[in-house]
Amino acid sequence: MRAPDRTVVALVMAFVVLVAAGFFLPSWAVSLLVVSLARGIVALGLMVQFRSGLVSFGQALFFAVGGYAVGLIALKLRVTDVILLPLVGVAAATLLGVALGFLMRRYREIFFAMLSLGFSMLFYGLLVKTETLGSTDGFNVPTPTVFGLRLSVLATRTLLYDLTVASAVGVALGVHWYLGTILGRLDTALRDNEVRVEYLGYAPARVIHVQYVLGAALAGGAGALTALAVGHIDPSMAYWTTSGELVFVTILSGTGSVIAPFLGSLVFGLIQTFALQYAPSIWQMILGVALLAIILYFPGGLWSALERSRVRA
Amino acid sequence: MTGPPVLEVRRLTKLFDQVVAARDIDVSIATEEIVSIIGANGAGKTTFVNLVTGYAHPSAGSIRFRGQELVGLRPRDITRLGVCRSFQVPQVFSTMSVLDNLLIAYGLADSGRRAGLHPLASRDRVAACEGLLRVYRIEAYRDRPAAVVPQGVRKLLDIAMATAREATLLFLDEPTSGIATEEKFAVMDIVMAALAQRKATVVFIEHDIDIVERYGTRVVAFHEGRILADGPAAGVLGDSRVREHVTGRRRA
Repeated sequence: MRAPDRTVVALVMAFVVLVAAGFFLPSWAVSLLVVSLARGIVALGLMVQFRSGLVSFGQALFFAVGGYAVGLIALKLRVTDVILLPLVGVAAATLLGVALGFLMRRYREIFFAMLSLGFSMLFYGLLVKTETLGSTDGFNVPTPTVFGLRLSVLATRTLLYDLTVASAVGVALGVHWYLGTILGRLDTALRDNEVRVEYLGYAPARVIHVQYVLGAALAGGAGALTALAVGHIDPSMAYWTTSGELVFVTILSGTGSVIAPFLGSLVFGLIQTFALQYAPSIWQMILGVALLAIILYFPGGLWSALERSRVRA
Repeated sequence: MTGPPVLEVRRLTKLFDQVVAARDIDVSIATEEIVSIIGANGAGKTTFVNLVTGYAHPSAGSIRFRGQELVGLRPRDITRLGVCRSFQVPQVFSTMSVLDNLLIAYGLADSGRRAGLHPLASRDRVAACEGLLRVYRIEAYRDRPAAVVPQGVRKLLDIAMATAREATLLFLDEPTSGIATEEKFAVMDIVMAALAQRKATVVFIEHDIDIVERYGTRVVAFHEGRILADGPAAGVLGDSRVREHVTGRRRA
């Protein structure tokens, strides 16, 4: 009999607790959790690439593609199903990820980062110039429906929250499994020594392509959920500061566990919310100091800080 | 020769601009032969291994492994066919544990191209790799990151990883370089015992003539990109041109 996997147990417990908490939490907390979990899903994809030593500085591209795919399908084709729409976001981002991946897999380090940034800014420019998509203002996303039914505002919000919690836990479990497979374990191997991977009979570029598509799919799904929850999309979703925030969260979180990006994203969301409220003029400075402290004292991110305290306990 | 040729190299030539790294190399290696390559620095030993394993591309010539042409294939294709190598400077995953290094090597050897989605640390694979760590006598370093273990352990790990595939042809690039003189024989004994179990054909590059005499049944001497002599160890090591250009011992 094998001991139950602690990460799996923690995730299942988190799912139960979060869904139950959804009935009691004030609306600002529900919004914060939805946005944070969605951002955590994107950071999870970045974490996988980060383990190979790759930083995509343009992950907002797929985040925005997921959001705009949902917005367009909902607006133009009148598809508003709450289950179908996120899948559309995932599909759109995945297709783009597969295509761009053929180019990205040939680059490493700063070139990989800058190329991904370039693609995201290209998309941003495209959105800003397209007047039918509202240019810089973007447009409102229709309220999602369930089996063709339109629910109350409160019920819709709870539903989107539960859907986001379920998605976050689901993808965390999926990525946790992936990281234990042969392909998944090649991430660190690739960072350490690509030549050896090649001489063991596997194509390093294939690993990078798989990771890139995985990251794209996760970001697309998260973008779709965010678009539905916020009810509005605009080009800032694709802007480089959005990508920067996502990289920020990934570094803040650390790569030790699939739970880390969600914790990191939540901490980021909390700092952002409260700093904005109490110190609106210096909230970015507070974020900067927080990241600086993490890098100086816990170079492995928040997760390594948690692990260290657990060892001590 | 003890069997049909595993490797047949014909008129292999490699030019780097004006420098001749390999010139008209003809050599064939039979199943389960243990061949030692000797030569001074720059004689073309590593270039030869790089050409056969696809790291460098020849200017001319052919390399056939069990009748299949290797020229034009990538290192990973050649590895999958069963031609594997270890490196003069060990190529390991430095931040991963010794066991994880071996698990990755065996995982990739087992799974083939499309089946990377099996769990890496399956109970069978962990047991098999732990057994190998004992064969190579590095089990004490099982959970240490490869970056911090002694050089000799890293060399052995590199060789163990290279033999993950049912390697029918294995190249060892200076297996005892960087190892203290008094430990060289012990290391080679471990390697040769492990390889005998795998029934591998072995080609190893070596500078230490004592090692060559003890372990190589056949010796190929390189000089300036050409094969100077090829045959049983005693004959080649006694050859006057080999003595002059390679081993450096003057005729008595």
